[in-house]
Amino acid sequence: MSERKELQSETGGALGADAETLRVNAVSAIAHFGPESPLTLDSGAKLSPFQIAYETYGHLNADKSNVVLICHALTLDQYAASRHPVTGKPGGWWATMVGPGLPIDTDRFFVICQNVLGSCMGTTGPKDIDPATGKAYGLTFPVITIADMVRAQAMLLDRLGIRDIFLVIGGSMGGMQTLQWASAYPDRVFAAIPIATTARHSAQNIAFHEVGRQAIMADPDWQNGTYLDTGTNPAKGLAVARMAAHITYLSEAALHRKFGRKLQNREKVTYGFDADFQIESYLRHQGMSFVDRFDANSYLYITRAMDYFDLAADYDGVLAHAFKNTKTRFCVVSFTSDWLFPTSDNRQIVHALNAAAANVSFVEIDTDKGHDAFLLDEPEMFATLRGFIDSAATRRGLNA
Amino acid sequence: MSIQTRVDLALIAEMIAPDARVLDVGCGDGDLLELLTRTKNVDGRGIELSQEGVNASVTRGLSVIQGDADADLHDYPDNAFDYVILSQTIQATRNPREVLMQMQRIGRRVVVSLPNFGNWRVRLQLLWSGRMPRTSSLDYNWYDTPNIHLCTVKDFVMLCEDLGLHIDDAVSVIGNKAKRVGRPGSIDNLTAETAVLLMSRKK
Repeated sequence: MSERKELQSETGGALGADAETLRVNAVSAIAHFGPESPLTLDSGAKLSPFQIAYETYGHLNADKSNVVLICHALTLDQYAASRHPVTGKPGGWWATMVGPGLPIDTDRFFVICQNVLGSCMGTTGPKDIDPATGKAYGLTFPVITIADMVRAQAMLLDRLGIRDIFLVIGGSMGGMQTLQWASAYPDRVFAAIPIATTARHSAQNIAFHEVGRQAIMADPDWQNGTYLDTGTNPAKGLAVARMAAHITYLSEAALHRKFGRKLQNREKVTYGFDADFQIESYLRHQGMSFVDRFDANSYLYITRAMDYFDLAADYDGVLAHAFKNTKTRFCVVSFTSDWLFPTSDNRQIVHALNAAAANVSFVEIDTDKGHDAFLLDEPEMFATLRGFIDSAATRRGLNA
Repeated sequence: MSIQTRVDLALIAEMIAPDARVLDVGCGDGDLLELLTRTKNVDGRGIELSQEGVNASVTRGLSVIQGDADADLHDYPDNAFDYVILSQTIQATRNPREVLMQMQRIGRRVVVSLPNFGNWRVRLQLLWSGRMPRTSSLDYNWYDTPNIHLCTVKDFVMLCEDLGLHIDDAVSVIGNKAKRVGRPGSIDNLTAETAVLLMSRKK
């Protein structure tokens, strides 16, 4: 683990100053995979060299049985429980779930969160330099899949000498990875919590992704994906993509509760195209702040990976066969107001797991917060997941 | 939990062999599953209609999904469980015959507890008052009862015969007293308030 030491020393000053980092014992690291260990992709291409940026929280126990792998969603990253280096947002994107005494208890578990392949927070993606050309990959980066992301994650765990994972957990695209993990490496995964996800990306969701991609590509500054070479930035296209996507993460009820038809710092409408309504102003802000932390080509590649996800496709279209003879304990979670990955999608996973006679729990959380509820303060989600995780930990012998 | 429910659960628990794979259909808050996990070390799963019941069960560390007996037993493969349990629920299913068939398909043994509509109090109430009976275990008006397929113990035994289910054991419950009857007869059909039956497929 020489890479880890190296990176720790690089960021050592920041670590020491950050109380939250100490709270969860956060370690940032990058693992390099050279020509001797290429990543073979579903497309047939080989990616080499590449690197994976990740964070760990807590301590690995002596028999390496307390590993929790957190899989992140489309535009999130490895900073699940520590301050984000770009936005400065404290506590991480899952501060309510990961930490001492929280459902994913960093006092008991060794938590790993890896930036996914194709992303832009340290793991190799289209914004990185292709050693063959000396230029940023751009659209010459190979198209990747959810299975490719998971294969890369497994390579990192192998590198760290970790075979068994106590728990794989993730929401949305993180849930897809969770399902892929449980299907591809059943004997390595003791428990799995796929949240607000699907085993097969729907036509509607592919359609939304296509709108986002076309918005990026329609921005003249995108330059056919070579904007890093041309020194331009397709910020407008990426912002529009984010605005459209952001609507799908919420719910009509939540939008109404939060914004209604309220006007933005004005008494009446202006008969123009300023952001008269608060919801317009909010969405514009979401779009603009997103471009500061995310790469447009990464957005193309990762949305594509989600579109291609169809776990049953490799098993003659029978999802249950993806989980044949599984010993993994599953807890599927959905939210009543999630229309992006609705309860019906999650229930299909449950049906397949039942057909495989798997050990499965399924909770639907009543909330009006839409798809993003998995990132928010949902006491019933915390209570049920705490029950599931504690029970699994007892069976794994982790509650001594 | 009422005394009757507790007696019911305890009787069912007695019928379950240790370390078995168990599916509890209509598991409520998971009381029986927890009892079986604690005292019999079973590998227990549950199905529950109400989301509150499911979430309460999962919070207790039990493996429970939201679903119902009519719709969700089809998913499971043959012989997936050693026991499939249906406690005080069969009278509320849309298609009790199909539910029993599914139960015996996915479980090697089937445990059913049911309120006995042939109990003498029920018979007398209908006879004397001329109105639909209400008892402590069937405490609903006719227009709002979830119990759409009430039957007598005798009716149930005949359905089991019809489906090729052998009755291995049966307990008649009167108040908080339970009596092992082996196979329920006409007297039990008159006296039992609740019956608990353990069944298996006829060879």
